[in-house]
Amino acid sequence: MGNTLFDKIWEKHVVKTIAGGPSVLYIDKHFIHEVTSPQAFKGLQQRGLSVSRPRQVVATADHNVPTLNQHLPIKEELSRIQVEQLKKNCADFGIELYGLGHPYQGIVHVIGPELGITLPGMTIVCGDSHTSTHGAFGTIAFGIGTSEVEMVLATQCLMQTRPKLMRINVEGKLNRGVVSKDIILYIIAQISASGATGYAVEYAGSAIRNLSMEARMTICNMSIEMGARCGMIAPDDTTFAYIKGREFAPQGSAWEQTVNNWSTLYSDADAVFDKELHIKAEDIEPMITYGTNPGMGIGITGHVPALGEIDEREKPSFEKSLSYMGLTPGENIKGKKVDYVFIGSCTNSRIEDLRMVASFVKGKKKADNVEVWVVPGSKQVEKQAIEEGINKVFEDAGFVLRQPGCSACLGMNEDKIPAGKYCISTSNRNFEGRQGPGARTLLASPLTAAAAAVTGEIADVRELI
Amino acid sequence: MGKSINIIESRAVPLNIENIDTDQIIPARFLKATSREGFGKNLFRDWRYENGDEQKPKPGFPLNNPVYSGKILVAAKNFGCGSSREHAAWAIKDYGFDVVVSSFFADIFKNNALNNFLLPVLVPENFLQQIFDEVHKDPSTILEVNLEDQYIEIASTGAKESFDINSYKKTCLLNGYDDIDYLLNMKPEIDKFEKQYEEHKIYG
Ligand code: SF4
Repeated sequence: MGNTLFDKIWEKHVVKTIAGGPSVLYIDKHFIHEVTSPQAFKGLQQRGLSVSRPRQVVATADHNVPTLNQHLPIKEELSRIQVEQLKKNCADFGIELYGLGHPYQGIVHVIGPELGITLPGMTIVCGDSHTSTHGAFGTIAFGIGTSEVEMVLATQCLMQTRPKLMRINVEGKLNRGVVSKDIILYIIAQISASGATGYAVEYAGSAIRNLSMEARMTICNMSIEMGARCGMIAPDDTTFAYIKGREFAPQGSAWEQTVNNWSTLYSDADAVFDKELHIKAEDIEPMITYGTNPGMGIGITGHVPALGEIDEREKPSFEKSLSYMGLTPGENIKGKKVDYVFIGSCTNSRIEDLRMVASFVKGKKKADNVEVWVVPGSKQVEKQAIEEGINKVFEDAGFVLRQPGCSACLGMNEDKIPAGKYCISTSNRNFEGRQGPGARTLLASPLTAAAAAVTGEIADVRELI
Repeated sequence: MGKSINIIESRAVPLNIENIDTDQIIPARFLKATSREGFGKNLFRDWRYENGDEQKPKPGFPLNNPVYSGKILVAAKNFGCGSSREHAAWAIKDYGFDVVVSSFFADIFKNNALNNFLLPVLVPENFLQQIFDEVHKDPSTILEVNLEDQYIEIASTGAKESFDINSYKKTCLLNGYDDIDYLLNMKPEIDKFEKQYEEHKIYG
């Protein structure tokens, strides 16, 4: 029996397997940010420990940072303290920090790949569930809690039980106006917000192969939204071309050898998965969520499920969710007015996402009833957007281009959607209150978000391109 | 660090809602602390209070209903999905719970709970329903959770169900050990691993 991509990487990193328990897994790269690390550093100090391998740790400030006037001190006191604490901890423990003002600063899952820190074959962890993003490069990458952050800082190792393996094959050609965000929203709607819990998911098939690295990252990013431990895609020429020449990528003569190693990272033809799903790319239309978990998604021409379509046991949760969203069972989603459009987050804030939006929006204006925030994923994305004149397109359309950070994805800074307002968001979570207390989030692709920006309502982007 | 746990006999607080995500357990705006303490007062903040205002508890929410109390939280399936914030486990523990019972736990939450001596007890759907039924009928219903023997029992009916936990984690919880102690003791093995690994790593 052949080996899976997951096992090829996993086995190289197992230091020891405890009988009846987890494995001790060696971690190659550890990303940290201001929100989930302070208690871990405090724990180290209390135990009198140092950081085991500071050079394998990279830090940035993203969750809490303002997205306007980043050159000024952070106004909100608790946020400022957290960001300053990170700075101090990194200095005390010898960790590289791409903090506010640094040209590499940005959302942790955007900067890792764009700097060439994320490389095929690695194990990567971060105190953030969307660490699954890095799996797009053929890595085992997953989110951990703060006690685990402390463990990895102290020992460069982590206790992990080997997950079961699932492969999701997406075959065929995507319809016009359908992008990678729609693929993953479609998959989650099919298997539910808990459908992959306990599994590491490998995405495969021709439709996945044809995606760019940015698009693959969007898919792996949302693996956690169906409960998966991690998501991954076997590296190929697209991967290697993306990595080549990036700041921390292997250079010169090391490059060829490394690419040869990376080329062995795929699931063998006779590898066996605990579960396998097959999806036809043609079946996917632009997707949008109507409820309060990412599994509550429908095609843009679809309707909110009627009560009769919902399992009896799930009705209370379903009704609670719709009442929060202010939607009626059975109603059509298209044509619904929206108040905010948020283009950003580690799911869709890369340069390709901004280009996609810009090429649609060019020459158009935003509708009067919407406010549109575009928040680039990193300083480098912001810089590139300005170099390419994308900022100008947005300005002409009446969009606000802000500075990099997590922003309205989780509303930890001042970028909150007001209670009761509808926001089409390219982020990954539509939980109650995620974008601010009472905010109503509809998850969609950057294209669908852009269509809402210019029409002021939920629109089918296929009718506009 | 943590204190050990074994037998917990207590009333339960029922939260019959599916897919309770960590943003509900502890909203992001309360993640700004730099210590692990004090999160309990913000547990389920937006479900507990009108407009987040502590003066205005929502009467319908079980945590605000004086008939419910105890060290055991019972929740419907897919509990703890969403963000990896360990603050969720801290908040539940800090509020006074030692056990969460559900028919399905999200992965990261489960690990976070175990690392904080908060015991996740996974039971079949129908047993969970029995607990909800009994507690709704009589809020003074006592549940007994026994970690050593790995079972949970509804005292009034005698209905009993076993639950799984890996033997390593069980030993940790029973004895108050944590993973960091274990890993630190492995230092020589990790060093040895790193040496041979340097030569065989894949990524250059
Ligand atoms: S952008 Fe959103 S999902 Fe991504 S790391 Fe930041 S808060 Fe988490």
